[in-house]
Amino acid sequence: MTWWQIRKRDADVERELQSDLELEEEEQREHGVPPEEARHAALRSFGNPTLISEQTRAVWSWNGLESLLRDLRISVRTLFRSPGFSIIAVLVMALCIGATTSLFTVVRSVLLRPLPFRDPDRLVMIYEHFRDPSMNAQQFNYNAVAPADYYDWRTQPHGFDDMAAWRWWQFTLTGERGELPELVSARGGTWNLFPLLGVNAVIGRKFTESEDRPDGNAVMLTWNLFERRFGGNPSIVGRQIHLDGKPYTVIGVLPKWFTYPDAKIQVWVPYASGLPPAILQHHDFHFSRVVARLKPDVSLANALSQVEAVQYRLHLQNLNAQVAEDVASRTLIQDLAQDVKKPLIILLCAVTCMLLIGCLNVANLMVARSAARQKEIAVRSALGARKMTLIREQLVESLLVSLAGGITGVLLSLAATKWLVTTWTDLPSARSVHADGVVLAFACALFISAALLAGLLAAISSTGKQGIAALQASSRSAAGSQARTALRKTLLTVEIATTVVLLTAAGLLLKSFWRLRTTDVGCATDNVLTMGYSLPAKKYDSPEKMNAFNETLLEQVRAMPGVRAAALGSMVPGAGAGEDDSFTIPEHPPIAPGTALPDALYRTSDPGYFIALQIPLLKGRFFTSGDRAGRPKTIIINRLLAQQYFPGEDPLGKHLHVAARGNSDYEIVGVVADTLYQVGQPVKATMYFPVLNGGNDMGLTLAVRAAADPLSFSVPIQKKIAELDPELPVSDVLTIQQIIERSLGNASLSASLVLGFAVLSLILASVGLYGVLSYLTMQRTGEIGVRMALGAQREEVLRLMLGDGLRPALYGLTLGLAASIGAVRLIRSMLYGTRPLDPAIFASVAATLLVVAVFACLVPAWRASRIDPMQALRTE
Amino acid sequence: MANPKQQRAGLLQGTLDMLILRTLLYGPSHGHQIGKHIQRTTNDFLQMQHGSLYPALHRLEKRGWVVSKWEMAPDRNREFKYYRLTDKGRKQLVVEESQWKQMAEAVARIMWPAAEES
Repeated sequence: MTWWQIRKRDADVERELQSDLELEEEEQREHGVPPEEARHAALRSFGNPTLISEQTRAVWSWNGLESLLRDLRISVRTLFRSPGFSIIAVLVMALCIGATTSLFTVVRSVLLRPLPFRDPDRLVMIYEHFRDPSMNAQQFNYNAVAPADYYDWRTQPHGFDDMAAWRWWQFTLTGERGELPELVSARGGTWNLFPLLGVNAVIGRKFTESEDRPDGNAVMLTWNLFERRFGGNPSIVGRQIHLDGKPYTVIGVLPKWFTYPDAKIQVWVPYASGLPPAILQHHDFHFSRVVARLKPDVSLANALSQVEAVQYRLHLQNLNAQVAEDVASRTLIQDLAQDVKKPLIILLCAVTCMLLIGCLNVANLMVARSAARQKEIAVRSALGARKMTLIREQLVESLLVSLAGGITGVLLSLAATKWLVTTWTDLPSARSVHADGVVLAFACALFISAALLAGLLAAISSTGKQGIAALQASSRSAAGSQARTALRKTLLTVEIATTVVLLTAAGLLLKSFWRLRTTDVGCATDNVLTMGYSLPAKKYDSPEKMNAFNETLLEQVRAMPGVRAAALGSMVPGAGAGEDDSFTIPEHPPIAPGTALPDALYRTSDPGYFIALQIPLLKGRFFTSGDRAGRPKTIIINRLLAQQYFPGEDPLGKHLHVAARGNSDYEIVGVVADTLYQVGQPVKATMYFPVLNGGNDMGLTLAVRAAADPLSFSVPIQKKIAELDPELPVSDVLTIQQIIERSLGNASLSASLVLGFAVLSLILASVGLYGVLSYLTMQRTGEIGVRMALGAQREEVLRLMLGDGLRPALYGLTLGLAASIGAVRLIRSMLYGTRPLDPAIFASVAATLLVVAVFACLVPAWRASRIDPMQALRTE
Repeated sequence: MANPKQQRAGLLQGTLDMLILRTLLYGPSHGHQIGKHIQRTTNDFLQMQHGSLYPALHRLEKRGWVVSKWEMAPDRNREFKYYRLTDKGRKQLVVEESQWKQMAEAVARIMWPAAEES
């Protein structure tokens, strides 16, 4: 029955009584009673109309909703009577539900919701897989695919519907007259990629097979670029834009929702477009990702085995090149989420722990309050209130708290999710992260179960004892409430144990993050500003033109006041792995066929690079301005490469033959110290080529070491670049420290989030501890009064009460430490330079918890020891 | 005051429902009429408590023994809430009547055993 029906019925009763009363009055008048007395007479014979209407309504009011409304009224009144409790409970619930909902939103969007493609369950990624154990150890077993491998996979018989490939690229986008230069992230996709995914152009058309050729010049815009740069004007389709100075024809615009594989992509070109035709025939240039669609009736293992056979044949045909023996696959959704899956699950566990603690805390608060209302409840049940009614009331109360908390929490989570998505840069952006119906349902389920957990615990404990016994139990007989106290202590123990687990995890993650932060990358990191640029091959079509630009720029920057040194190279340490190339050593015996060639990271550097970045020279010399295109080819290697491939011999004067770099021999002229390509990763063998060799590099990084405040140099240097070439855009203006922090951002984020949850849990647990002890003190006031009257010392009382409060804390601590030993297994793989059972962390967690527990207990215990025995006994 | 010292009996628990149902057998009537009818028929012996009449009417309605409808009274130019017996109510009346008869006979046998013997 709905509330308006109740309202209608109430009005109906009123009207019925009114009309009958008026009739009575009329009849009284008809019997000759004077009009002024008639009303009174009628009322006399009728009785009290208010009472009658109430009694009449009571006939109906046994219906569910009406009694629920009554419960609601009572609960709201009760909650408003103690606003402090209500606000705390609602806040705790809001925080816990909000945090849990936020993480669930992310987990659902990233791990659970199907991808927005046609039949997304049948999409898989296929990688090359090397058998070399050292590669597998470094988790390189999902290797990018070489173009020739992909073409062979596709043309040979295979069990897939189709296979498509895409590759990374970057362009300088300008208007037709070179205006408004802008560095845009791009992808090259085979012509069948969009049909395979089931994506259509919203304006224009998709690539055709004939456009997927090295001389193809078609381009598709993503919605982002279309809206931002071209104002959403559809007439752009069919017109030309310039990419790296070459004209491309816009043939279509991709839909707004299409952000695969990442949201930063601005343009798509055909896979082969703009690539030197020779590269497409290479089996060892690993730069593509392959997406395949399974046939409905073919199993993945079956389809994959055919591709594997092709790949193994290719491996045998190219024994001296880096061609993998096997292939590996994973589903598209796994592929997108793999970096964040583990941290997400850990965060979800952490937040669930916090939710549990929050619920227990609210339950604890409610148990405390229902204990304080024990007499009221006893009186009511003596007057005939049924046990179910009382339990229902408690439940309605906790439901109200949870509902208020839930609504606040969901609002909170909307903001928190937004923040999380912008801060957590690792999250795959192929799909938008947002709340939907399932998330709302999850939040509802969450708050209902939280309400049930909190409410039932409190309700059962408060109504367990019936009637007269509760009325008789005076405040002196502590025994009467022992069961309830035991329950509260158990709740506390669980709360504290969970907190300890959270604290331990947070401690380990923080220590590991701190280790990462303080890692020495092997070069100068203070006051170094970096910025990237990429000279377009069309305008700078010879090494001389490139060198002229680069050398002039370096000269001008070095002359700037405040600049200590400047370096130019492909990358700076800490900025990532970048490219790597395989090499052979002509002075060494040829490598046995069937074994993979050694490979090393590819770097370029100018003569001043190592001095500017303070990377020490161990042997030989640095580059000079004579090491440039057209001169003898030289190379510098790092210590690890020398150690690995020239053990016990002098690498100076030896040569590296690098097939990918002009297929020529490079003489080793120097050995420099190791640097880390990425914090948290082991050192890799590295080759440095002279930047003055020219060549079609992906991009260059200018690094400037300043006396102080490096960022203040960014605008003056950008102006210098604009003076030399106004069409050249500058990218990623960052200090080296910022680059390192950026690469650690995700480690720092999960560490600080877990720490946040742990600290909140600690606060919750200490509030719980404080509440329990305060309540105990209040209950035992009489008893303590008697003890003191009989001669107990204040210190003894203090010790007694403190012991009472600290016991559950100690149990919880022990339990929590034991549970942590199991729980740290989960985060083992996320730790860097930190043992999972780090004794320092465990000890400091125990110490922190004990200190907090002592403080939480001290106030009520001290209050108990201050009790005035006379006062306590008199109030009895 | 109108009937000073007159003996008035409260209704025996459970009989009110039966009396109302019986009254409604004459045709639909509103609360006031029902009360007045019971009072008048028993020569004011059964005093109608409005505090039990209306809850009883609603209880009967809830159980589906009577239905109610606002209708124009023929003699007064006003609407009253008329109660009407349902088929379910007629059946219930039979049940209650027979129960009452058994009860009355049982009581009578104890109170006037001689009458039973004769």
